[in-house]
Amino acid sequence: MTAIEVRTDRLLPPASNPRSEVGRWGMVIFLLNEATLFACLVASYFFLGVENRSWPPAGIEKPSLPLPLLMTLLLLSSSAVLVYAERGFEQGRRTRYRAGVVATVLLGVGFLLIQAREYHDTLQHTSPVQHAYSSVFFTITGLHGAHVVFGLLVLLWALLRDITGRLNVRNSLAVKNASLYWHFVDGVWLVILTSLYLSPRWY
Amino acid sequence: MSSIVEHVVDRDTELETRLTDLWETPHTWLGWLSTVDHKTLGKRYIYTAFAFFLLGGVEAAVMRAQLARPDARLISPEAYNQIFTMHGVTMMFLFAQPVLSGFSFYLTPLMIGARELAFPRLNAFSYFAFLLAGIFIYVSFLIGRAPNAGWFNYTPLAGPVYDPGPNIDYYALGLLFLGVSTTAGACNSIVTILKLRAPGMSIDRMPLFLWSSLTMSASVIFAMPALTVGLGFLELERHWNFVFFDPSRGGSPMLWQHLFWFFGHPWVYVVFLPAMGMLSMVIPTFCRRPIVGHTFVALATVVTGLIGFGVWVHHMFATGLPQLSMSFFGAASMTIAFPSAVTVFAWLATMWHGRVVFATPMLFAIAFIVQFVIGGLSGVMTAAVPFDWQVTVTYFVVAHIHYVLGGGTVFGLFAGIYYWAPKMFGRMLSESLGKWSFWLMFVGFNVGFFPMHVSGLLGMPRRVYTYAAGNGLELPNLISTIGVYVFSAGIVVSLWNLIRSEAAGEAAGRNPWGAASLEWLTESPPPHYNFAHIPVVESRDPLWDGGYSSGPAFDEARLTPRTSALDAALEAPIEMPDDNLWAVVITLGMLLAVAGVLVRSYPWAIIGAVVSLFSLARWMWPTTTKVLETEI
Repeated sequence: MTAIEVRTDRLLPPASNPRSEVGRWGMVIFLLNEATLFACLVASYFFLGVENRSWPPAGIEKPSLPLPLLMTLLLLSSSAVLVYAERGFEQGRRTRYRAGVVATVLLGVGFLLIQAREYHDTLQHTSPVQHAYSSVFFTITGLHGAHVVFGLLVLLWALLRDITGRLNVRNSLAVKNASLYWHFVDGVWLVILTSLYLSPRWY
Repeated sequence: MSSIVEHVVDRDTELETRLTDLWETPHTWLGWLSTVDHKTLGKRYIYTAFAFFLLGGVEAAVMRAQLARPDARLISPEAYNQIFTMHGVTMMFLFAQPVLSGFSFYLTPLMIGARELAFPRLNAFSYFAFLLAGIFIYVSFLIGRAPNAGWFNYTPLAGPVYDPGPNIDYYALGLLFLGVSTTAGACNSIVTILKLRAPGMSIDRMPLFLWSSLTMSASVIFAMPALTVGLGFLELERHWNFVFFDPSRGGSPMLWQHLFWFFGHPWVYVVFLPAMGMLSMVIPTFCRRPIVGHTFVALATVVTGLIGFGVWVHHMFATGLPQLSMSFFGAASMTIAFPSAVTVFAWLATMWHGRVVFATPMLFAIAFIVQFVIGGLSGVMTAAVPFDWQVTVTYFVVAHIHYVLGGGTVFGLFAGIYYWAPKMFGRMLSESLGKWSFWLMFVGFNVGFFPMHVSGLLGMPRRVYTYAAGNGLELPNLISTIGVYVFSAGIVVSLWNLIRSEAAGEAAGRNPWGAASLEWLTESPPPHYNFAHIPVVESRDPLWDGGYSSGPAFDEARLTPRTSALDAALEAPIEMPDDNLWAVVITLGMLLAVAGVLVRSYPWAIIGAVVSLFSLARWMWPTTTKVLETEI
């Protein structure tokens, strides 16, 4: 091997930054993949809309707004609470973090309960197999609901790690990734709200 | 934390023993199942993909036997449908992408001076998911119900009305399962290439193969979801009576085509770009000079990947789309020729300015260039809408795809095999057998596939089990069959060459070809830890101009350095996970889930999903409470 002097000062790392951890990069790329998945679903919704004369088709009501708006409120506030909890974790305030995660989970469960209620109401007059519109509606909202369930499990998993002493301020990627996933799921809901619930009222 | 070694001349056996203890996987069956070593898994990927390549080849041989003469009755039309579908599915999904990924997983850490991929356990997961998904798809053959609607599986032919058996369910569920593996692998590659490069290997010093891997992986991340959505819709329609593609209830068969090709065209580049990247490594080595236009080739690779997302409609010119849309996508498709030409001319200029050594890898590389240019020209021809109307669904398109993916990808892959096998196995392959194999493959390929242009222009439709006598199709088909058998013989010679080298090949040494990139710095085959000292890189062709030095040993734990994405400044050594069995359990749970859906036994599907989720949680659970000191 050729011996070349290594300048040690160039090799020394800058202060460790959780944003540059490989696990964080992996999560961001995974979320780009997930975002593309929902983009394809929403594109399919509009494609089928263009292929049909009216959308929703005659005989199927436009989705009602009160419950979805309430669900939006719950998810947005859950994200805000989680940001507050995350900041607490960074400052070493464990109680604030734990209480914040519990509040986030409760708001998420509230979202799911209202979604169940909304499904119950919609199923009174529309079946998923009735028309492409109802199929794509239930597929997109159902898949998002599954993501909410998964997001809750991930948040609880990170909380369990904290309670059993398997997390600390310097090894906090699990907390950050769980939160990032939850914020992503909330962001996707805003896209779904806009395209599936609000847009039928604009045309 | 670690002392930085400045001058290494002799091997430090004490250090090597320590690193071996840290990185070696126990030689037990449990070790076999739980290993996370990227070299073991990379080779396993390549072997498994090659097994599927042979199966796909046997399917091709059966089809060519059937088509050797007109009105043949060797196999039934239904069997023919299943065989051509499985040939496409196998070659596109179970061979081309996994074998190229296998090379990427094997080579990437070695090329960037790292000891592992960014997510070693995820790599084990990707492999087992690929293996089980492949087996799942092939089980359909055993019960005589293989997928039978072509590899792009158009609805309504593939819908519940016209294809009520389980055939298409194997396709849809198998590819959903495989898609998870592919996506995980792509994520792994991207993070590895961006974050684990040796200190000093700034992005402009990165070998071109990695630009291909990076582009390919990014394409997978953004293309795969479209297929996932399409397959999900298809299964919902087939199993639960949902509507997406059935026009009588507001669906549209065009939705499947858009979703499939929005995935499918980028996928064609996914299975092509890494072979181009292999060529960009092989050609400079055998021209004895750095590649001409390194930066332009890197940019052309990325641009090809980007344009690949804007051309999918050229697969759908015959579906009655608006004129403007077709003009746009026809023009976009022609622009692909520009970045491809940049790369081809860079290779030719490298050869022009170099002193070419005609070793077997270089022969395969030259054949790649010739055949890729032919395939590229027929590609530009079919990008012209009126011409496409004439030849769509004919053997002309079959000739085109095989010139690009057979003449391109397969020949590039063989260039790569002959080039890197000495590194992987520590043994040289026989040059004379290599040349025999090359000439059989080169002649056989062109004799086999060039006449398909002719039979296509004569109007012979693809995917039909036979053709009538008296239309001028007998001769081109007979020639094609002979050529394909000669081509297969060439592949068998190469397989024999590989097997034979195990005992008869001479020792390769570290750098038998006198190549420039870092994988040739270490021993052949590489030790468990890849590099005793992490190299510090100071140039683009470090082994040629001495632009590297020995960096830190990082021998306190299973460590590899993490560096910044662009400048590759050292950030911190990161600890890599140990061998782990949970990845296997997760994939078994997933297999249970897809098998449960297949046989409509939903409780089993749910149990499988729960097993996967639970193992995932267990997998990510830290086994120790130890906090790694991340400061040096």
